[in-house]
Amino acid sequence: MADTSHSSSLTAEGEAYWKANLRLIVGCLIVWGIVSFGFGILLRPLLSGIAVGGTDLGFWFAQQGSILVFLVLIFFYAFRMNSLDRTHGVDEE
Amino acid sequence: MDQYTLNILVVGATFALYIGIAIWARAGSTSEFYAAGRGVHPVTNGMATAADWMSAASFISMAGLIAFNGYSASAYLMGWTGGYVLLALLLAPYLRKFGKFTVPEFIGDRFYSRTARMVAVVCLIVASVTYVIGQMTGVGVAFSRFLEVDASTGLFIGAAIVFMYAVLGGMKGITYTQVAQYIVLITAYTIPAVFISLHLTGTPIPGLGLFSEHTASGEPLLGRLNEVIQELGFGAYTVQDGSPLAVMNMTLFTLSLMIGTAGLPHVIIRFFTVPRVADARWSAGWALVFIALLYITAPAVGAMARLNIVDTIYPNGTAEAPIAGADRPDWMNNWEVTGLLNWDDKNGDGLIQYYNDKSDGFAATASERGWQGNELTVNNDILVLANPEIAQLPGWVIALVAAGGLAAALSTAAGLLLAISSAISHDVVKATINPNISEKGELLAARISMAVAIAVATYLGLNPPGFAAQTVALAFGLAAATIFPALMMGIFSKRINDKGAVAGMLAGLIFTVVYIFMHKGWFFLPGTNQFPDTIAGSLLGIQSTAIGAVGAVINFAVAYVVASRTADTPQHIKDLVESVRVPRGAGAASAH
Repeated sequence: MADTSHSSSLTAEGEAYWKANLRLIVGCLIVWGIVSFGFGILLRPLLSGIAVGGTDLGFWFAQQGSILVFLVLIFFYAFRMNSLDRTHGVDEE
Repeated sequence: MDQYTLNILVVGATFALYIGIAIWARAGSTSEFYAAGRGVHPVTNGMATAADWMSAASFISMAGLIAFNGYSASAYLMGWTGGYVLLALLLAPYLRKFGKFTVPEFIGDRFYSRTARMVAVVCLIVASVTYVIGQMTGVGVAFSRFLEVDASTGLFIGAAIVFMYAVLGGMKGITYTQVAQYIVLITAYTIPAVFISLHLTGTPIPGLGLFSEHTASGEPLLGRLNEVIQELGFGAYTVQDGSPLAVMNMTLFTLSLMIGTAGLPHVIIRFFTVPRVADARWSAGWALVFIALLYITAPAVGAMARLNIVDTIYPNGTAEAPIAGADRPDWMNNWEVTGLLNWDDKNGDGLIQYYNDKSDGFAATASERGWQGNELTVNNDILVLANPEIAQLPGWVIALVAAGGLAAALSTAAGLLLAISSAISHDVVKATINPNISEKGELLAARISMAVAIAVATYLGLNPPGFAAQTVALAFGLAAATIFPALMMGIFSKRINDKGAVAGMLAGLIFTVVYIFMHKGWFFLPGTNQFPDTIAGSLLGIQSTAIGAVGAVINFAVAYVVASRTADTPQHIKDLVESVRVPRGAGAASAH
């Protein structure tokens, strides 16, 4: 079950790992917000000049583009975190 | 072979498959019952999560919502997928590392508070039960339309199938059945969409077809759609209501759906089934891949179906007379029987006038033509189910869509029922009533809770409370305002203590529920609302469906203020938080 028994004091390595993780999360969430709330909703009027198949780029982001970016973001995060785990020695095996 | 026999054969074959899986995947331990022994491959779990998540609402209702609301329905598309980014980055890997069985268990342990655990149990049960009612009624409707039995017989058959694999197999049985159900539902959704896209645009991929040229007119498909519906007085399909209040509501609604999705317990517990923390991260990505296969197709299905309906009613263009009622195609007759499609010849000319009679700009044209109101109403929910008939596809495609709708409803119902029954057997019976219960005793308690939950869901499906359709806002609002913030603070803050978490969850819960009741009626009783549920009339200028995001902000703020004025969290809790933040040490929990 949960490994609560291991040493409590946070090592410098552990702290660097968590900070790197937080930076990665913030970066990914900025992109997440820009493509959906930004391009798809709030900034759509600014993108209205860019035509895409009978409508504009904002409509494409709202109905299709944001979903594709979400996919890229999750796989990018998983890939980067799994390598961060290894470089900081906190991976599972 | 007639359509009825085909439907029976295809639906019967899928049910036989689910029962076969139930017998093969029986659970022998609580770990298997609650978490499938934590031995599920991340891709398999991704597929099961997709079926778990995509309910009757995604399969049956969403394309219809998009067809009749156009751009503004994008909130569903972004909201129901964007939540997976939050789940993958903020919750799933850490909760997998924690390595227990239920969502309230994490909240109870992390905030060292039985009260916090019980508040979480209440939120989980309310959100999941309201959600499951919709699935059960969906099963009844699909049966009555395609298999010509009455809705209650259909509901009993569906409940019996879920009973087989959920009670016997728990999470293990549900996981492998959901994989089979995903394959059935995605095939059923995609095949008609491909045919329709080929027919309208010549492109076999519906997601590309949506932005391609409409073969018949030589214009872009969406441009053509805008044109024909505007000629009938409707607003343009792709237009955005740019008023600040409308933009704010769409933003908050999308955000509420996103954090509500990430906070729904039946989705979160799926990530407890994979062997490692790294697998939980990959698995969230795979879940979204399988979900996106449907969600990229849905807006194409919506737009193409809307165009097909207009073309069916106005075969010679919107400037010419519509078709006569006597000449209407069979699919309209079939659906009129269910009451979900209705033709009312208001001006008695025998023709079907379909237009927007609420448009002031179009009123002059309508009266000039002798039209006395819109004569055709189409329920959002029939669009996907009627699609193969509208496009005149072969009978086996219609049968497949029936099986797909049932797969979507049953897979989600089973996931919800597991979340409910494990909260009862693990968080209530084991944690509160009888802490010394044996492994065998708990497994039996889990099976009994599951059977009771199925019985309650079936009863509610047979006698749906009048408010069933309204309660989706409640399920997402509760998950967004209570469960998501509590989980996130539990992982990302060491400072939020027991009192902060309980105060935050209660504040988010009470605010959200009261706001929804004030706009939709107290306990959803009609006429008891203080404010109309429109953007302009609402208390804060926010529709009740979009209020979950505000409830979440209140939860965070109250928790922070209360925690900063009360005793710090004890050392062993800080250690617990540190341990969930690193993956090392999680693998040992798996039992293959």
